[in-house]
Amino acid sequence: MDILHRNNVAVTGRPGGRTVVLAHGFGCDQNMWRLTVPALAPDYQVVLFDYVGSGRSELSAFDESRYSTLGGYTEDVLEVCAALDVTDAVFVGHSVSAMIGVLAAQQAPERIGALVMVTPSPCYVDDGDYRGGFSAEDIDELLSSLESNYLGWSAAMAPVIMGTPDRPELGAELTNSFCATDPAMARTFARTTFLSDSRAELASIRVPTLIIETAQDVIAPREVGAYVRDTVPGSALVTLDATGHCPHLSAPDATNRAIVDFLANL
Amino acid sequence: MAEGSECAETAEEAYESAPCGQLSTSMDGTIVRINRTLLDWLGRPRDDVVGRLRFPDLLTIGGKLYHETHFAPLLHMQGEVSGVALELRTAGGTRMPVLISSTVGYDDAGEPLLIRTTIFDAHIRRSYEEELLRERRAAELARRQAEEDRARLQDALAVLQQSLLPAALPDVPGVTTAAYYHTASPDELGGDFYDVFAIDGDRWGFFLGDVCGKGPSAAAVTSVARYTLRAAAMHEPTAALGTLNAVLHERFDGGDLRYCTAVSGTLRSDPETGRVTVSFASGGHPPPLLVRANGTSEFLLSEDGTLIGILPSSRFPQTHVGLAPGDMLLLYTDGLTEARVEGGQDFYGPEALRSLAAQYAGTSPEALVQALSDVLAALGSGLTDDTALLALGVRPLGR
Repeated sequence: MDILHRNNVAVTGRPGGRTVVLAHGFGCDQNMWRLTVPALAPDYQVVLFDYVGSGRSELSAFDESRYSTLGGYTEDVLEVCAALDVTDAVFVGHSVSAMIGVLAAQQAPERIGALVMVTPSPCYVDDGDYRGGFSAEDIDELLSSLESNYLGWSAAMAPVIMGTPDRPELGAELTNSFCATDPAMARTFARTTFLSDSRAELASIRVPTLIIETAQDVIAPREVGAYVRDTVPGSALVTLDATGHCPHLSAPDATNRAIVDFLANL
Repeated sequence: MAEGSECAETAEEAYESAPCGQLSTSMDGTIVRINRTLLDWLGRPRDDVVGRLRFPDLLTIGGKLYHETHFAPLLHMQGEVSGVALELRTAGGTRMPVLISSTVGYDDAGEPLLIRTTIFDAHIRRSYEEELLRERRAAELARRQAEEDRARLQDALAVLQQSLLPAALPDVPGVTTAAYYHTASPDELGGDFYDVFAIDGDRWGFFLGDVCGKGPSAAAVTSVARYTLRAAAMHEPTAALGTLNAVLHERFDGGDLRYCTAVSGTLRSDPETGRVTVSFASGGHPPPLLVRANGTSEFLLSEDGTLIGILPSSRFPQTHVGLAPGDMLLLYTDGLTEARVEGGQDFYGPEALRSLAAQYAGTSPEALVQALSDVLAALGSGLTDDTALLALGVRPLGR
C-alpha cells in the first residue's frame, strides 16, 4: 500500500528546508497543527500525517494487534519518513506522540535529529514515587467512558468516515469531522496511550530535546514535565502561561515562539 | 409579550430556571456564570463554583480526559461542538449523564472571548443507549453461536455425504473407470449415488442412481439404496433392483412417497480376448450410452423397468451387451441431460451428450468424464440438480 496515502501525508513549507515532522496525539488528527504550520512554513519543510485509525488515514490498514503497542505507531512514523526519504528531521510530537518520537529516534537515529515534546507524558498512571496524575481506576473509567460514548458521540460519526454516502442525513454530523475517528480504533489508541509506560526510554535520548508544558494540564501535570526534563539528558523545559493539554491550539503564539526559538538554535 | 400577561418572566428568570444547564466560561475554562438548574444538578452553591472551578472540574475523570483530547481541541478549531455525551460529577459523588453543546463567543474585534455551554439531562437517553448496547452484544453473541452451529452442521453433512459415495473406485482387471459427482448446493446432501465393487472371482458389480428430491430426506433414501444394492448385487441385476424396490416400497409406503431410478449391472471380463460382457437392468433411469472405439455411439434403449419403490412388485428386465477393447459405457443422471443451456429454457439434452461422447471414442473414461465435467462447469447456474457420471472402459489389449 502507498504509505503516503495510507497515512494521509501532506508536505508543505520551504522545499529544501530542514524537515519538521508534526505528529498528532490521541484525540484528533493533523488538523491540530493548523495554527503551527504557518509559523514553520517559511523556513522549514513541514510533514503532516495521520496515524492509521485517525483522521483521514486509510482505515482498512488498521490492525488491532499492530496498534496495541506504541511500536505500531512508531512504525507508521518510520515508514512515512522512509517514503519521503527524510533525514535529520525535527520530530514534534503532541502528548503520546512525544514518546513515539523517542522510540522512532532510537530505532532510526539517522531519520530524527531533534525532538520537540508538546505536553508529553511517559506514563499516565501513578507508580510508587512517580506521579503520572492518574490512578489505574481513573484510566479504567476513561476507557469505559469511551465505550459508552459509542452511541452518543461516535456511532453517528462512524458511518460517515466508513464511507456510506447513501445516508446523506449524516452529513450534518461532519461538523465534528476534525476529530472523526472510527470508535473501535479510537478505543485501541486510547488503551495503548493511557496504559503505555516509556519512562525507561527517556534516558537513552541523545538528540537536542525541547519539552513544552502548560501551567495547568489535567493529562500532563507539571510534575510530569519536570520528570521528563530531569530524565532526558540535556533537555530544556518551557512552561507556557496557558491551560489545557493542547497549547498549540489554545496558546498558539506562545507555542510557536517556543518551537521556533528552539529550531533556530539547533 | 403582552403587558400584564401572567406568563411574563424576565430573561434572567428564563436563564436561571431553564430546563437545561447553562454555563459560561472564559477561554481558559474558568466558570464565570452558571444557572440555578445546573447548580441544583451539581448540588453545589454558586460561590463554590463561579471564579473557582474550570469547566472540566465538573466532569468525571474519563470526561476530563475526553474533554482535553476531543472537546476542547474541536471547540478551538471550529468554534462550536454539539451533542457530546459526557458525565457530570455531583457534589454527592454520583454521576449524571448529560449531553453537552458549546459555542465560542467573540468580541467586536473577532477575538474569542468566552465559551457558552448548554447541558441537557441525558438519563433517559443513557438508559436507552445501554439497552441498545446490551441488545447489540446479545445479537453479536447469537450470531457467533449461529455461525458455530452452522460450521458444525456442515462438517456433519460432509461426513454423511462421504458415506453415500465410494472414497475411490477399485481397480477392475481389464477395465478402467472414472466418476464425477456434483451436489446442487454445498449445504445439501446429494440424492445421486454410484459405486463399483467386486462380487466374486471375475464378476464385478456397478450401479448409478438418482433419488427423487434433494436434501436430507433424499439422502436418507440414497443411503438405503446404496447399501441395499450393494448387498443384493451378488444376484443378477434384475433381482438386485427387485430387492431394492421391495425395500423402498415397504419402508416408505403409506407415508412420504420416496422412490428412485437406477441402473445396476455386472461386468465379466474375458482375459483371453479382453472383451467384457455387461449385464444390466434399469428402473426408470436414463439409458446408458455406449461409445464404441470406432466412433459410433448409441443409447442402450432396453425394455425399461418402472420407477423403483413405487409399486409393491415390479419387473426390471435385463439387457446384455458385449464391449470390445476401447469401447466405453457411460452412466449418468438427469442432472446432466436436464441442465439448462445458457440460463435459457433448453436442456443440454441427450443428443448433445451423444455427439460429444462420440468425439471421445477410443480415448479413456477419464478423458470423457473430464470433458463432460468441463461442459457442466461452463453451464454454471444452469446446473440446478445433483449430477453423477460413471464411465466404464475396456482396456485395449496388452495395456
